[in-house]
Amino acid sequence: MNAPTQPRTRQRFVQQLKLERWRVWFILAGLMILFGVLIARGFFLQIMDEGFLQQQGEARYARTLKLEANRGMITDRNGEPLAISTPVQSVWVSPRSVKLLPPGQKRPAGWEPSSEKEPVPMSREELAQLAKAVDMPVKVVESRLSTSRKSGDKPDFVWLKRHMAPQDAKKVLELNLPGVYAQTEYRRYYPAGEVTAHILGFTNIDGKGQEGFELTRQDMLAGKSGSRTVIRDRRGFIVEDISTIIPPKDGETLTLSIDRRIQYLAYRELKAAVEANKALGGGIVVLDARTGEVLALANTPSYNPNSRARIDPARRRNRAVTDLYEPGSTMKPITIATALESGKVTPSTVIDTTGGAMGMAGYTIKDTHNYGALTVERVLVKSSNVGTARIALAQDREFLWQHYDAIGFGQPPRTGFPGEASGKLRAWKTWRPVEQATMAYGYGISVSLMQMARAYQVFATDGEIRPVTFTKQVAPLPGKRVFSPEVVREVRLMMEKATQPGGTGTRAQVVGYRVAGKTGTAKKVGVGGYTEKRYVGSFVGFAPVSDPRLIVAVMIDEPHGDSYYGGTVAGPAFSNVMAGSLRMLGVPPDAPTDNILLPGQDEPEVPEET
Amino acid sequence: MIRLNLFLLGLLMVCAMSVVTSQHKSRKLYSELQKEAQHTKKLDVEWGQLQLEQSTWAMHSRIENEATRKLGMQLPGSNRTQVILPRGTAVARPKVGDVD
Repeated sequence: MNAPTQPRTRQRFVQQLKLERWRVWFILAGLMILFGVLIARGFFLQIMDEGFLQQQGEARYARTLKLEANRGMITDRNGEPLAISTPVQSVWVSPRSVKLLPPGQKRPAGWEPSSEKEPVPMSREELAQLAKAVDMPVKVVESRLSTSRKSGDKPDFVWLKRHMAPQDAKKVLELNLPGVYAQTEYRRYYPAGEVTAHILGFTNIDGKGQEGFELTRQDMLAGKSGSRTVIRDRRGFIVEDISTIIPPKDGETLTLSIDRRIQYLAYRELKAAVEANKALGGGIVVLDARTGEVLALANTPSYNPNSRARIDPARRRNRAVTDLYEPGSTMKPITIATALESGKVTPSTVIDTTGGAMGMAGYTIKDTHNYGALTVERVLVKSSNVGTARIALAQDREFLWQHYDAIGFGQPPRTGFPGEASGKLRAWKTWRPVEQATMAYGYGISVSLMQMARAYQVFATDGEIRPVTFTKQVAPLPGKRVFSPEVVREVRLMMEKATQPGGTGTRAQVVGYRVAGKTGTAKKVGVGGYTEKRYVGSFVGFAPVSDPRLIVAVMIDEPHGDSYYGGTVAGPAFSNVMAGSLRMLGVPPDAPTDNILLPGQDEPEVPEET
Repeated sequence: MIRLNLFLLGLLMVCAMSVVTSQHKSRKLYSELQKEAQHTKKLDVEWGQLQLEQSTWAMHSRIENEATRKLGMQLPGSNRTQVILPRGTAVARPKVGDVD
């Protein structure tokens, strides 16, 4: 290129610019419009539709894998496991990536998928192998493999068999079949089985708590499952992690206040008592008298939480917490303590029970015997209904109600258990005199066994009541005073006498320990009033009397054996559980080992009718 | 000047080599850590299973059965039990007299 020609070229170019102006603008505008359309489209895709498109795109390659968190353990107060999760394998198949061949055909040795979407053929022999390995009929496996959705396409994920032992699942995977995978899941085991069933409850197959503490502490036990998002190719191989892995957070260990040894003993004795008395069912609660911790809680009939079979709802019921009954005579110590607290009677005040019956507003309060004149103390020992009614009638309604209320009747015990019953205690303003009288010996008021055990804390401590708790306490929770220590001491001695010859609870005595307690036999309420021949026998007591450590409450529902009295049906179970538990806890005896005094041969046992 | 450059070159080489070695070491250690973490998990699982097994063997019903049936053991009766308190005294007989 030479220099002189340059200006000339420019000149020529300038001359060529002599075009119509509008053509330039036209082209420019056209380009601008196209550019604008492009920007608008980009805006539309990037901003308006972004979420949808991103989602659709990811759905085609990304998979979020759930990293299962291990469910926390539940242990008893000594760290013994009551519920443990261990990993198991669940086998799943992908029907979309498998095509079943007709019988006789085999997959060619060097088979390669022609496209990403072509399903892998599977021969009948392989199907039979798979069925054998998972221990299921071939037909079922075949139907799972040919599952199809409503739209007609096959799903990518169908469970084949869940919760297999790891070694069995390994055998399945070793067959190296197309479209068969395994995933780690956790299965819950309850080593104590039916013994702790009602406390712990159970989980469903997806590891969610369904009953008991598995339900109420679900969040704490479940932990948080982690996740990792990966890119997977057509055959399910992970190609790449596309986000940071969120590690799973394992569930926490829940330490209950239950003592496994006492729990087992309580369940065994309760079961024996229910069977021996041909009863419908029963419940037992063992409380630590000093702290209000529940050491054992058992019900019969029970169920095995390890089995996945359908569980009869009646067996699942936690009778001790959710069922209400009329306490009968076990109510009397509370009434008498209230009366002593008011100062209107002393233990030696004489009450006239002559005739063994008392008519009130068309209702007759009866005793089993005509006891004549009894002191307040003898009223409790003999469990006289007439005597207790007369003592209660001499009290102020409001004063009685205040103490029944303070002791926890008519309000849920707040143990943290699902479905707690609160019982029934009517407002004192609605009490009629006959109700005031019957309530004194435990009719016309309903409680759960847990409430009754809790109420007896006032006698086992110095008149204080503490919240009942299922979790292990470091120090006892502060209590609320209901009765003065002097009154409690007097009632405690009366209750001890109720277990001595002449009392109703002789069978509740324990070798080497002083025991105090009260029997109860109440008619059950049926359709149209109280039923004949359907009773609830109970015994609530504590030991050792010199320094109470344990409260045991036993309730036997509808005994149909030789006897239905609380002293005979529930007393022996109480005695056995108390003896074993005190020994296990190493409580020093407070009586010589020949302390058991049985009534003489000719002396009949004292039954009570409430 | 050249000497200083040579020295710096040498230093650079040493640094480069040590970067490579430490990188290699860290990778090796990381994979080892991963392996150990997996091992921990495996041991954890095994621990859980062993605990389960132990508690199954130590079921109270089983122990009771074994003790009474196989070993012929029994709880001593009250007539064969002597209780001695820490002071070496026998338990005093309580007075369950009338409260009044």
